[in-house]
Amino acid sequence: MISIQNVNKWYGDFQVLSDCSTEVKKGEVVVVCGPSGSGKSTLIKCVNALEPFQKGDIVVDETSIADKKTDLPKLRSRVGMVFQHFELFPHLSITENLCIAQVKVLGRSKAEASKKGLALLERVGLAAHAHKHPGQLSGGQQQRVAIARALAMDPVVMLFDEPTSALDPEMVNEVLDVMVQLANEGMTMMCVTHEMGFARKVADRVIFMDAGKIVEDCPKEAFFGDLSARSERAQQFLAKILQH
Amino acid sequence: MDFSAIIPALPGLADGLWMTLKLMALGVLGGVLLGTLLALLRLSPNKLLANFAATYVNYFRSIPLLLVITWFYFAVPFILRWITGEDTPVGAFASCLVAFVMFEAAYFCEIVRAGIQAIPRGQMGAASALGMTYAQSMRLIILPQAFRKMTPLLLQQSIILFQDTSLVYTVGLMDFLNAARSRGDIIGQAHEFLIFAGLVYFTLSFAASQLVKHLQKRLAV
Repeated sequence: MISIQNVNKWYGDFQVLSDCSTEVKKGEVVVVCGPSGSGKSTLIKCVNALEPFQKGDIVVDETSIADKKTDLPKLRSRVGMVFQHFELFPHLSITENLCIAQVKVLGRSKAEASKKGLALLERVGLAAHAHKHPGQLSGGQQQRVAIARALAMDPVVMLFDEPTSALDPEMVNEVLDVMVQLANEGMTMMCVTHEMGFARKVADRVIFMDAGKIVEDCPKEAFFGDLSARSERAQQFLAKILQH
Repeated sequence: MDFSAIIPALPGLADGLWMTLKLMALGVLGGVLLGTLLALLRLSPNKLLANFAATYVNYFRSIPLLLVITWFYFAVPFILRWITGEDTPVGAFASCLVAFVMFEAAYFCEIVRAGIQAIPRGQMGAASALGMTYAQSMRLIILPQAFRKMTPLLLQQSIILFQDTSLVYTVGLMDFLNAARSRGDIIGQAHEFLIFAGLVYFTLSFAASQLVKHLQKRLAV
């Protein structure tokens, strides 16, 4: 579904991604972790071309991003993304947030879009909030709306960029529950997250990044199984975050 | 001081005030439209377009409005003749309006640019991620939020334009100030009419800026 092939990216002289390659198969859930500044968020933003890269290619559902002829907005409309800071549109109501891209990008009718939006809102347990504005919801609720908004586009794959990092601890689970449910339904997912409990529960594979490189890329069982088989950098990282 | 002569002059003064308000409203409308376009050019990744807009803004902010008004009064008919090949009288109103729109656009451009830049970058990212084109993201997501943020500044700038419209007297347009002055001059009571005009300008501008302040508080919530 996603094939990342030798992706390199520089900010000026500074190389943020070097020779990153991996695959995400249909229905697979891949968790990307690593210390801050390791390039994991940058890598996931390359997958829907929000961040440009200079070398290599990423192919999403048979569409090449490096190909100049690719209609990037059209590609992005098929790839759902959830952001660290939710990024709901504050000037629109929750219903409008869910409908605007369905109507303006996919050309669905208003009635069709709001029916779809409300069904998804129901699914993330927020149907009662449809008429409110994003500012009136808690962080966890906003992030669930953001997931519903992405799902409303019927994406072939969902990208999550640290979806729980900006949340109060007690709101993390409500968002993770939605993500787990989504994974169990067979959605193809690539998630940048430090939630190792989530990774243990639903991930098929775990990727560990450091200094712009993919250091580890292995099945979950191997990643959490025999720590001594992991690279030194991954061991240090895991020792720090698994302690608690 | 005898203010009684003002009463019979009121209909004429009202015509002048109507002209002033018309100039202001159309000037603001055109200025905001052109200013928004300039702001989008200034923020464009295309260096050529960005530089063009920056030069425009810097140029118009560096010359007096009076100069622009007189210049356009002479230039607009000349340019039209050059384009159409025949004499096309445009009149003082049209040339003044063009001058206001072009001049104010430079100021509105900077207000709109600041408004756009005040919107978190993630909003553009989210709009793009949903498949919106750059134009759609700007029109549906960024500009509506930016305009909400900058409404008080836009109104403040409009109040300044309301006062600046009085400069059209140089090309003989009968705005409110010109109407008051000429009427006062004719009957030899220039002082009374100018004091009255001052009071009207003050009342309208002050009331409007109080309104803006109130609005600012409400929008801040």
